[in-house]
Amino acid sequence: MDLNFILKIVIGLLVIITFFQVIRLIELSSRLAENKDEVTDRSNKINGILLFISGFALVAFFFWQRAQWGYLTLQDPASEHGVLIDQLWDTTMGLIIVVFLILNPVLFGFAFLYRGRKNRKAYFISHNNKLEIFWTAVPTVVLSGLIVYGLMVWGDVTNVNNAKGGIFIEVYAKQFNWTARYAGEDNKLGDGHVRFYAPTNPLGVVTDNMYKIQSEDLDEKIIIDKEKLLVEKNIGKQKTISDRIDRNIAKQKMFKAYYNSISEEERKSGEDDIVVAELYLPVNQKVAMKFRSQDVIHSAYMPHFRAQMNCVPGLSTQFVFTPTKTTEEMRKNPDIIKQVKEANRILEGKGQQGNVEFDYSLLCNKICGNAHYNMKMKIVVVSQEEYDIWLKEQAETRMIKNM
Amino acid sequence: MGHHHKENFFSKYIFSMDHKMIAKQFLLTGMFMGVVAMVLSALFRMQLANPGSKNPILEFLLGSNYVTEAGAMTPDAYLALVTIHGTIMVFFVLTGGLSGTFANLLIPLQLGARDMASGFMNMLSYWFFFLSSLIMIASFFVTGGPASAGWTIYPPLSAMELAIDGSGLGMDLWLISMTLFIVSSLLGGLNYIVTILNLRTKGMSMTRMPLTMWAIFVTAILGVLSFPVLLSAALLLVFDRTMGTSFYLSDIMLAENGIMQVLAHDGGSPVLFQHLFWFLGHPEVYIVLLPALGITSEIIATNSRKPIFGYRAMIGSIFAIGFLSFIVWGHHMFITGMNPFLGSVFVFTTLLIAIPSAIKVFNYIATLWRGNLQFTPAMLFSIALVSTFITGGLTGLILGDSALDINVHDTYFVVAHFHIVMGLSAIFGMLAGVYHWYPRMYGRLMNLKLGYVHFWGTFICAYGTFFPMHFLGMAGLPRRYYDNTAYPMFESLISINEVVSFFAITGAIIQVIFFFNFFYSMYRGTKSPQNPWKSNTLEWTAPVEHIHGNWPGEIPTVHRWAYDYSKPGKKEDFVPQNVPLSKGEKEH
Ligand code: HEM
Ligand SMILES: [Cu+2]
Ligand SMILES: [Cu+2]
Repeated sequence: MDLNFILKIVIGLLVIITFFQVIRLIELSSRLAENKDEVTDRSNKINGILLFISGFALVAFFFWQRAQWGYLTLQDPASEHGVLIDQLWDTTMGLIIVVFLILNPVLFGFAFLYRGRKNRKAYFISHNNKLEIFWTAVPTVVLSGLIVYGLMVWGDVTNVNNAKGGIFIEVYAKQFNWTARYAGEDNKLGDGHVRFYAPTNPLGVVTDNMYKIQSEDLDEKIIIDKEKLLVEKNIGKQKTISDRIDRNIAKQKMFKAYYNSISEEERKSGEDDIVVAELYLPVNQKVAMKFRSQDVIHSAYMPHFRAQMNCVPGLSTQFVFTPTKTTEEMRKNPDIIKQVKEANRILEGKGQQGNVEFDYSLLCNKICGNAHYNMKMKIVVVSQEEYDIWLKEQAETRMIKNM
Repeated sequence: MGHHHKENFFSKYIFSMDHKMIAKQFLLTGMFMGVVAMVLSALFRMQLANPGSKNPILEFLLGSNYVTEAGAMTPDAYLALVTIHGTIMVFFVLTGGLSGTFANLLIPLQLGARDMASGFMNMLSYWFFFLSSLIMIASFFVTGGPASAGWTIYPPLSAMELAIDGSGLGMDLWLISMTLFIVSSLLGGLNYIVTILNLRTKGMSMTRMPLTMWAIFVTAILGVLSFPVLLSAALLLVFDRTMGTSFYLSDIMLAENGIMQVLAHDGGSPVLFQHLFWFLGHPEVYIVLLPALGITSEIIATNSRKPIFGYRAMIGSIFAIGFLSFIVWGHHMFITGMNPFLGSVFVFTTLLIAIPSAIKVFNYIATLWRGNLQFTPAMLFSIALVSTFITGGLTGLILGDSALDINVHDTYFVVAHFHIVMGLSAIFGMLAGVYHWYPRMYGRLMNLKLGYVHFWGTFICAYGTFFPMHFLGMAGLPRRYYDNTAYPMFESLISINEVVSFFAITGAIIQVIFFFNFFYSMYRGTKSPQNPWKSNTLEWTAPVEHIHGNWPGEIPTVHRWAYDYSKPGKKEDFVPQNVPLSKGEKEH
């Protein structure tokens, strides 16, 4: 046993002994004072003063945190609707901060003011209708305002017509990374389904070509298995193979059925889709994002754009927004500069290279498995020209050809 | 009167049907579960303050499956700990522990009944609770670890072992445990409702009941209406897990041994589960909160030596909150892709809840006004509860507003919000209740000075732990993250996390004082007088020593409401409910 360990035990024991000694002292002192565990004027006074201080300490703590950590909170929104959301946020936050700053000190202030004293008698009052109507009416009016304002913003942000004029991008979630699919020339995303998955078609895009390749592949598997079955002697293995054949035939059937349920036009529109691992967005251009997941629920969270939407297997969801600040512009934000500097300082302290720069990111924000904390994708917002060049490059060197 | 059958050790302490003993059983089990959940949170806070550092305590407590080769917590372990922490805190401590203790102790004593309507059901309720607690804890020691899909166990994650290790045997145990728990709470809840409706003593009209009774009454109704829905949600999940049905599953593909497999499930909806879950889940937060508010109402009135302000408004708010809590569940689902119009409806109902909540706060503050406040530890915790209810409730206005929720949904802002408004408020209410009714349970007083030290330590650490989390959330940090160093931009949040973890761990240690006080006072505390707080309610008219049937002779008759404190024209500053009105005295 090493010395360190013994030392820790000794310290531990000392702490425990001290603790019990302190308790004994308290007990002895209260015996001496013949205190029968009753509150006294003195204890009321001490606690009253402490409560009074608490009210203001809470306020001070609040302001301290704002001063200390304010720059860490999300900076100016980088999207059009984000401005609306932030205005609503500031209004609501302003309101609740005021209420917080009034009610807590009042609560603790009353506690101090009316602390118990032996010769005092409380004022008997059971209710006061006028007062109660008043303080029911005030929150009602204020809340009505908030509800109306909030719903107006919500209506704007989620309006189904928003997608008009936007470029369509699919964001595809799986444990534990993101993939994006751009709609290509026709600005139409082809249909996708897990049944069409293949290593060369990770998002399961439904196109004629894909259908052909995969269906032939399945047919081939079935044929090979059938041949194998003929020569196999072992009854156990025969069973495995024939089960596999049945499964593949069933699969083939479903596959076909799904294929036939997709219109030809839609199958065509998938052909020019571009699958990439990084999101590039043109500034000031509306983006209509579609979300899909292949396994569990994920959530595509893009905090700087005030955008978030769940990705649910079996369900297609959508969020429309317009980025308004390029990555370069955002890097010039003073709070971001400060935050990046701080991050680099910390990284260097850990012996890593402190050369990170700000980037927008898309984070997973719905618990989705053990690497949930590390499921991210970089978002780069660039000018329209840069975007066009990038997209063209991607189309040429795209991850998956032969769509 | 009182039934005097022969008692042995088992019938007195273990399979007791006496409500007072059952209350103590619930309390001790709840406290034990509280320690477990608190230790879990301290462990994962260590990970968050020092990402990836060795965690020998974790290894010692739970075994080497929970740590990496280097001795640090694994990501799976993190999610397991968070999930069970949340589950235990919400259900086992603040539902079973809180309601189980105070409903059982107080309903017969405050209403003047010999016992609960059915002592047997009451006993069963406890033993189901006990069994479900055991199973929940046992799930830490099975292959794959306990359920790890968050306390909300959303499928598909919770439906397939391929998606996360904890969704194997651990999830089975979670579901079994929760099923037993639901049975327990239904048995309890029905009993509470029936007792309150039928067994009130003479003169104890509904509108003379103390507010604790009203709170427990509405809580029990909420539980009886909403827990069965969780049970059905859980059952359907069991079917999906074991029988290949597709209630919640559709179009899923997962890697098995590196090969992609499309699962046979088709046509289900994961969102359906969320609707069912939150149909319980939201009322559940009021199941946790209302008893605490009821306890506080009683304690604040008693120790202000004043009537509770706006008794009828308080009852009205309890009912309004109870009713509204059933039609707001969608605020947990604004960004599931639900129809935006439906979202709007939930915004409307959600923000309405702020009105009865505000009324309650104003009434508490008005009760303090011109009172003669006696700062017992119970009173201090009650005042702290009002403060956390204000602070935490206010951020609800942000989360309930769908447009704002887009950006803070599932971030630490939410963690801050619900810990303050539900976690802290309910825990404070529970602690207040323990300090206040300890003499009624054990015949002795808890040590006052230790109580003060405990209160101030807890109060400071509570705000220190949870207030800064708002800033984490506003910085965009998602909850249920094992480690935030995967994002360079989050590196700088470490300064917040250190503050949080410091207060969290200190706060956990300070609870030792409470436990010491609790057990120490059981044997060495000052003997309690019959009515130590000079309270009006009936429980203080029963003898200090516990007897079956609660009152040796006749049950007292009630002549007035519970809040005649400092009534003009009375010598003492309290008039117990069983004192007849004097000539010409108005009720209030
Ligand atoms: C002892 C003090 C406590 C500390 C330090 C603490 C800390 C935390 C933290 C940091 C998380 C979030 C972890 C994450 O999302 O990665 C969490 C989750 C949670 N806590 Fe606590 N907590 C405490 C007490 C409570 C209490 C009293 C309640 C009762 C309501 C509670 C209920 C929950 C719930 C429901 C979750 C969510 C679990 C989930 O995400 O599935 N906690 N706790
Ligand atoms: Cu994810
Ligand atoms: Cu809710």
